[in-house]
Amino acid sequence: MKSNTFLRHVRESFKSLGRNGWMTFASASAVTVTLILVGVFFAIMMNLNHMASSIESDVEIRVYIDRTASEEDATALEEKIAALPKVDSVTFSGKDEELDSLISSLGEEGEAFKLFQQDNPLNDVYVVQAKTPSDTIPLAEEIDEMEFTANVNYGQGTVENLFSTINFGRNIGIILIVGLLFTAMFLISNTIKITIVSRRREIEIMRLVGATNSFIRWPFFLEGLWLGLLGSVIPVISVGTAYYYFYDYVSPKLQGHFIQLLEVTPFIYQVGAILIILGAIIGVWGSLMSVRKFLKI
Amino acid sequence: MLEMKNVYKKYKNGVTATNGIDVKIDQGEFVYIVGPSGAGKSTFIKMMYREEKPTSGTITLNGIDMGSLKNSKVPLIRRNIGVVFQDFKLLPKLNVYENVAYTLEVIEENPKNIKKKVMDTLDLVGLKHKVRMFPDELSGGEQQRVSIARSIVNQPKLVIADEPTGNLDPDTSWEIMNIFEEINTRGTTVIMATHNKTIVNTMKHRVIAIESGRIVRDEQRGDYGYEI
Repeated sequence: MKSNTFLRHVRESFKSLGRNGWMTFASASAVTVTLILVGVFFAIMMNLNHMASSIESDVEIRVYIDRTASEEDATALEEKIAALPKVDSVTFSGKDEELDSLISSLGEEGEAFKLFQQDNPLNDVYVVQAKTPSDTIPLAEEIDEMEFTANVNYGQGTVENLFSTINFGRNIGIILIVGLLFTAMFLISNTIKITIVSRRREIEIMRLVGATNSFIRWPFFLEGLWLGLLGSVIPVISVGTAYYYFYDYVSPKLQGHFIQLLEVTPFIYQVGAILIILGAIIGVWGSLMSVRKFLKI
Repeated sequence: MLEMKNVYKKYKNGVTATNGIDVKIDQGEFVYIVGPSGAGKSTFIKMMYREEKPTSGTITLNGIDMGSLKNSKVPLIRRNIGVVFQDFKLLPKLNVYENVAYTLEVIEENPKNIKKKVMDTLDLVGLKHKVRMFPDELSGGEQQRVSIARSIVNQPKLVIADEPTGNLDPDTSWEIMNIFEEINTRGTTVIMATHNKTIVNTMKHRVIAIESGRIVRDEQRGDYGYEI
């Protein structure tokens, strides 16, 4: 495409935004409202996800090594576990460490266990982390079948519940966001359609005098792009600002808890970028869908 | 230049618009298409600039088969055809100059040539002094001149007009006809559907009469032949 043709398209797209003043406003507002909703949902979702991940990553598999296993057997077992594709890390925790941590975790009552320091009845333990938390259960089962494992413990029962709750929450969130995006697209494509119907004649004449379809489409493509970008300005600013203050207010209250909100930066930049991109996609898609039916492609 | 062989057109709603049309029109001819309303004139004309496709039969324009022409190639064909309508179809928000220049802009004509071509064409239709006016500030005849200027500014080989004088008073109609005559003498083929008996009977040219989707009469220097 010649550069002056492109400039013409840009000029035309801006002219058309001005000419269709109220329709431009309506379309951009539709984008704005939807993107604010999407932005809020997205921020909530990402934070829930973040919390879920930090809970999930606390899940570990404790492999109790058979007391009859020799040192070589134990090393072989470690290598075998580490070689599994789902495994992220294997950490050895000797029975003395285990006892120490048991004693300290029980506080004063733990003192009684100090007697066992002479003849430690505990097992050596491999602490295994799965690469993906949801692989924990199958991984544990796999390890359980290996030789020289006395017992494999990952918080059976509790972990299954935790995972299914987290997954349920995630799926609901994804469904809501996808639904919201579809609503937005149809809303916007309908609003833009009205502005395009009023320009039917323009398209008709362009076709009549021999403008190619892509030539006709370009200004509409750009117009949709501007609408989407225009509509994403307020959501980006408002969601970003709101999150900033929300974080300021809530974060101190979560001090010391193991759940944390996502840091303001880079999170608000990420959300901003996503909203801008979504706005652009929605605008362009809506616009092109509407112009399509006049082009007889 | 234009040839139709056994052209049938049946619309999806079951209406048969043309029922086996055979016709040949040479470069430089001036042809009137006459016939009662609903006879298939408009469909006949629309197929010439590929707004409609024939259901069967072939239409060739300068050797190009219009029926098998890909949709993406249609714009290129249109650049050799000027089309004029009864209702002008001007863009109300563009002034006279812009309306005519529009044709050249959308086919990506070199901007350096646009001004000269537009002004020459407006001179031909006698509107050089009204270039900055908008369509709603013009009379019907003037609007039709703008639309003619738009259709010929790209110097097409064929100009198709669908009742170009349908909305105009008799005097204005004559002015418009004179412009078409002028275009024709410059070598452009003119095909015009019309209901204007006086014009057809006075400005003698080839007359093709269509009834019920068939050509019932095709005479050089013919008459309108219908009583209104």
